[in-house]
Amino acid sequence: MDNNALGRIYTAGEVIFRQGELGDRMYVIQEGKVEIVLEQGGKEIVIAVRAPGDFFGEMALFEREVRMATARALGPARLLSVDQKNLLRRVHEDPSLAVRIIQAMSQRIRNLSGEVARLENWLVELGMSQHRESKG
Amino acid sequence: MGNENSTDFNHLFQDHQAATRPESLTLEDGARVAVMGGGPAGSLFGYFLLDQAERIGLSLQLDIYEPRDFSLTGPPGCNMCAGIVSESLIQMLAVDGINLPPTVVQRGMDSYMLHNIAGQVRLDTPYLEKRIGAVFRGAGPRGMIESEWISFDGFLLDRAVQKGANLIRKRVDGVERVDGYIQLKTRGDQVHTYDFLAVATGVNTSALRLFQPLENSFQPPRLAQTFVREYYLGRETVESTFGHTIHFFMLDVEGLDFAALVPKGDYVTICVLGKALTQERFETLLDRPAMRSCMPPGWDPREFVCHCSPRINFTGAVHPYADRMVFLGDSGISRLYKDGLGAAYRAAKAASTAVIFSGIGEADLERYFGRASRRMENDNVIGKIIFTLVDLFVKPWGVTARATLRMVASEQSKPPGQRWMSEIIWDIFTGSAPYRDVFWRMLNPSFWSRLLWYMGISLVRRA
Repeated sequence: MDNNALGRIYTAGEVIFRQGELGDRMYVIQEGKVEIVLEQGGKEIVIAVRAPGDFFGEMALFEREVRMATARALGPARLLSVDQKNLLRRVHEDPSLAVRIIQAMSQRIRNLSGEVARLENWLVELGMSQHRESKG
Repeated sequence: MGNENSTDFNHLFQDHQAATRPESLTLEDGARVAVMGGGPAGSLFGYFLLDQAERIGLSLQLDIYEPRDFSLTGPPGCNMCAGIVSESLIQMLAVDGINLPPTVVQRGMDSYMLHNIAGQVRLDTPYLEKRIGAVFRGAGPRGMIESEWISFDGFLLDRAVQKGANLIRKRVDGVERVDGYIQLKTRGDQVHTYDFLAVATGVNTSALRLFQPLENSFQPPRLAQTFVREYYLGRETVESTFGHTIHFFMLDVEGLDFAALVPKGDYVTICVLGKALTQERFETLLDRPAMRSCMPPGWDPREFVCHCSPRINFTGAVHPYADRMVFLGDSGISRLYKDGLGAAYRAAKAASTAVIFSGIGEADLERYFGRASRRMENDNVIGKIIFTLVDLFVKPWGVTARATLRMVASEQSKPPGQRWMSEIIWDIFTGSAPYRDVFWRMLNPSFWSRLLWYMGISLVRRA
């Protein structure tokens, strides 16, 4: 990766932020990929992989909560961070700046709703097959 | 509280009245929009206008008139400036989905070096990230044979064209109002009629004169002189001499407001700004030890490969909007001495939002674009006060210059929020915060108690 380019270069596997940390910025991927990992009960579940042009960590801008997942570079990745203070000041002057963030969050809610429906369907089918087995 | 609410209701009522009044001018499906000038202000206006129109299902025809070819090296393809893309603009463009590729950014910057009469001190970007971009406005300086770089202006113009803008490589020779609509004349007396016109020609052409008989209330900006020179040093020398640092100079040279050294690829750009700057004073500055110490040994100030003396805004235009017309970027209102590209972005965004969601009549433009322009102009007034204070109390006095350097150096190990002087200087140079915010921080008693402490130390210890 070009060391003269904008942003910061992360090496493969390098942690960008950890679950449970306080966050004050979001990231825009310039090059490479980033995986979002949920740590639960000592296990890691990859919940998303983000590609160039995508942003992540945006929930920290709008909530005063800790990071809900860990972000890790999947191979070398070049990222640009966007400060909460700068962005919110600009959104106050120019609300249209938030539209792309809202669009991305809306797309993610849509994907999550699809996932929840798929899981519910799977659980119902699992329950029905177990019920049939216990009857049989 | 009650007053604030009533003011809000008044705004809502006035906005509603303006939006619903029968004579309010709006763009209809199939409307034609022209942009004079394909620099950052014009291209970004075109890009955002088409983007916002697409969102609400409005179909527009947009023509950008730009006779220059930004893929050419030297003055024919260049919009003449230092070529610094500020931290805040890079972040906002990224949020808007416009990521600047390594082929456009010659060098990402992670620090500033401030030079004054007492010495120098380094300021790093937050999180040690390269957040400031050095770019060429054209394809590169005069004489560059093979350019691997893409011009910043060319990149933004391409984005507008990809969004659906039609690029017309012609100069506009005449502007008229006919039945309320805008008519543009190009070479060969070709006439084109438009519903709306955005003027983004900059101030270094005679194009703004076309509007003097047309718009009585519009008055072009007052200008200040700049000098820009490019020196070829070779990539390795640029890397070893400058790294990823921009040098800023606040020296006591008459007529000088400030100067910058910006490393880019094989070159370094020297840019000098000032209200009363002359060629002689510019040459004096280049010979100063502070400037020479930054350049490689044997550097000769006369061996430059490209140079220009463009003018920049010192005050904004008066009344930069009228029915069916708006003046953007340097043609309208810019930010004083900093972040001209960021100001072009703000004006372009404010204008496109006003045109799409408010209307194209003067009153419609006033409601969104006029307010944004006034906010920028009012901030520039505070900027002038700050520069006057710097001229009076920091530049000529060894004690304050030494105290400034000491205070910045001591703050580098402190967390953000406690770096009083560093953050003030950073924001003045980068344009990351409005001058208003900077000024309020300058009035803070904590800032003054620390500054007085370091002034005391500087009085006792001279080195």
